[in-house]
Amino acid sequence: MGCDTRTSTSAAPAEYRDLFQEFKGQEGELITILVRVQERFGYISEESLKQISRFLKLSENQIFGVASFFSKFRFDAPGTTSIKVCMGTACHVHGGSQLSDAVGWRLGINFGQASRDGRFDFQRVNCIGACALAPVVVVNEQVHARAMVTSMQELLESHE
Amino acid sequence: MMNRFLEAQTKAKRAWSELTANSEPVIYIGSGTCGMAAGAASVGQMVQETLDKHGLHARVLRVGCIGPCYLEPLMDVKLPGKPRISYSNMDSTKVRQVLEALLLKGGTASEQAFAHFGEEQGPFTAGIPRFQDTPVMRHQVRMVLRNCGHIDPEDIDHYLANDGYVGLANALAQSPETVIEMVKEAGLRGRGGAGFPTFRKWQICRGAPGDTKYVICNCSEGDPGAFMNRSLIEGDPHCVLEGLLIAGYAIGASQGYVYINSDYHLAIQRLRKAIAQMHEHGLLGENILGSGFSFEIKLKDGGGAFVCGEETALIASIEGRRGMPRFRPPFPAIAGLNGKPTIINNVETLGTLPNILRHGAAWYSRHGSTGNAGTKTFSLVGKVRRPGLIEVPLGTTLRQIIYDIGGGPWKPFKAVQTGGPSGGCLSEEFLDLPVEYEAMASAGSIMGSGGMIVVDEDTCAVDLARYFLGFTQAESCGKCVPCRVGTYQMGRILDDLACGRGKPEDISKLQNLAETVRRTSLCGLGQTAPNPVLTTLRHFRAEYLAHAKEKICPAAGCKELVEYHIDPGKCTGCQRCVKVCPTEAIRGARSETHVIDPNLCIRCKACFEVCRYDTLAGNAITYSSRRSQS
Repeated sequence: MGCDTRTSTSAAPAEYRDLFQEFKGQEGELITILVRVQERFGYISEESLKQISRFLKLSENQIFGVASFFSKFRFDAPGTTSIKVCMGTACHVHGGSQLSDAVGWRLGINFGQASRDGRFDFQRVNCIGACALAPVVVVNEQVHARAMVTSMQELLESHE
Repeated sequence: MMNRFLEAQTKAKRAWSELTANSEPVIYIGSGTCGMAAGAASVGQMVQETLDKHGLHARVLRVGCIGPCYLEPLMDVKLPGKPRISYSNMDSTKVRQVLEALLLKGGTASEQAFAHFGEEQGPFTAGIPRFQDTPVMRHQVRMVLRNCGHIDPEDIDHYLANDGYVGLANALAQSPETVIEMVKEAGLRGRGGAGFPTFRKWQICRGAPGDTKYVICNCSEGDPGAFMNRSLIEGDPHCVLEGLLIAGYAIGASQGYVYINSDYHLAIQRLRKAIAQMHEHGLLGENILGSGFSFEIKLKDGGGAFVCGEETALIASIEGRRGMPRFRPPFPAIAGLNGKPTIINNVETLGTLPNILRHGAAWYSRHGSTGNAGTKTFSLVGKVRRPGLIEVPLGTTLRQIIYDIGGGPWKPFKAVQTGGPSGGCLSEEFLDLPVEYEAMASAGSIMGSGGMIVVDEDTCAVDLARYFLGFTQAESCGKCVPCRVGTYQMGRILDDLACGRGKPEDISKLQNLAETVRRTSLCGLGQTAPNPVLTTLRHFRAEYLAHAKEKICPAAGCKELVEYHIDPGKCTGCQRCVKVCPTEAIRGARSETHVIDPNLCIRCKACFEVCRYDTLAGNAITYSSRRSQS
């Protein structure tokens, strides 16, 4: 693959070609490209790494090295219902870790994982900027303010 | 070119005075991240529905965060010729009631009102306090946040009408050296937390050889529990961009970057819009306002790493590499982005510049205290009655902030953490400390970027230190050994203490390790990571000893050291707790006293909640530290 000297965009599948259109192919664009790819596909797949590698002419290893450095990027497909438990300081002092434990216990998974049936996706996030409503849980972009363990249980049941 | 600016300004001012001396009602909806989270979108929808239902017309403005987040969602209404009135904690019923009272019945719904924005009390606003007289606002001075909540952040005309870009015009009319001199006289210090004089950095960069220079706005904001920078950009993006232009002019840069956390969707969207508007108005590009100064701004996504708040790590990330810091010197002001002289300023530092350039250095340094000029924003959160985004003059005491503005905690005060994971935890005896860079440092904490978290007696000092250390350990980039291994080992010791496995000698071990990590780490992250541990050790040593010697957590905050009990006298036998317990740890037949099996209990708190809030239950479940039970 290192010998591949074709200009990337012509060889890339259409969806990547569209994605790469706004970029010049410079190394400094890597993180923004990763952000766009994750927005588009939900995660950074091996295929994505390959396509970015061709486009930027950087090794897949280097790209993975950068992507894995930042907590934002993930490398497996997300579950359908996204559950993000805020672990910011205000949420922590209001019992955020108990919420996180309760969700993990209920779904039988650790944060950062999707449930085995692919229906739930459980993430811990650092602060969503709604500290006055702590503790907060974000379910499919909907913020649940002053969340309680019991209300989380009900919420998960309603999505099951 | 200057004429074009003046024309745009005159036009904007005319439109603004039409809006404020309006012929139709104006409805303001607080639509920052906090407002949206609290339900601003449905408030907006209900406003439209109510207007449609009665065939009424009004201008609806979606404004940024005005500060008191605990009152969100906020809706303000300004009737023609009357002061604007603010209504808090809106829901669909209240929206309808308030709008019908104001627009149809000629009343003010004063029982629902929080405050009004009029200059003085009049018959119309009877029974409603003035906004600046409310307890939460009385001690605040809004300088950098002056436009937040008042203007439509997506409309450059609103910014222009409120003297936007006048600071830039003033700067461009002077030499860059004079601008630097002005910032020096104003006494502005970096608002990212370290408090380095802004002008010094600029001077070094201006004097550095080379034609290509860069200026970067740092909106990485990695502190979990801080949202000042996000709120400022969401509420008034142009003031930050104007500041970036002023900084660029002063150091001789023609390219600026805004490095922003890619999860700040709303802020990014507003910045994009603002940059496009600046181009349309000739405020970006070649020969800005006919001054010969040319400037471009690019947005750069941050991947959400705490270490990228550090200047050299931030630069690495912009260059498309892992966000790892490097040894300094050379400092970025000499060799930064792409090896060129680079200035990195915090969002709030930049947001302050237009004010200084517009009103002059003397005006600015009148606020605050000696050596600590101006104001500082904080996100005041945690266990306080009135959490929110605040701005106070430096020199204000912690007590004023926590009690007068924040309303104090419900339960007895325990500590306040400033500066987030890099900062320290200050106990009650420091409440009269003025919020100034040196005073905070002498107490073992830091000013920080503006996170301020108040905790009460329910929070355990060991647990808080463990939380922050867990964060910095996870965010350590791994480059230098003291930080990578040191924070990990400190975390292990704290885990042991919090789980009742600790030994008394662990405390001195922890202290030694913390000192080593502080002294020997490569960058600011590692050098400050031990601060929460060191300060809690200093102010709450007895609590550490209780964990180590007696294996108890006096605050009942460490989950592993807590046990849940059912008070037989209060238990109604309703079986609600039996149903919610995920591990079947609670047993008991209907109408009989229930019992918790401590071996099965995972301390998830579900039973406690249901027993406290369910109407059938008797609030019989309590939790306390394990040993006090036996």
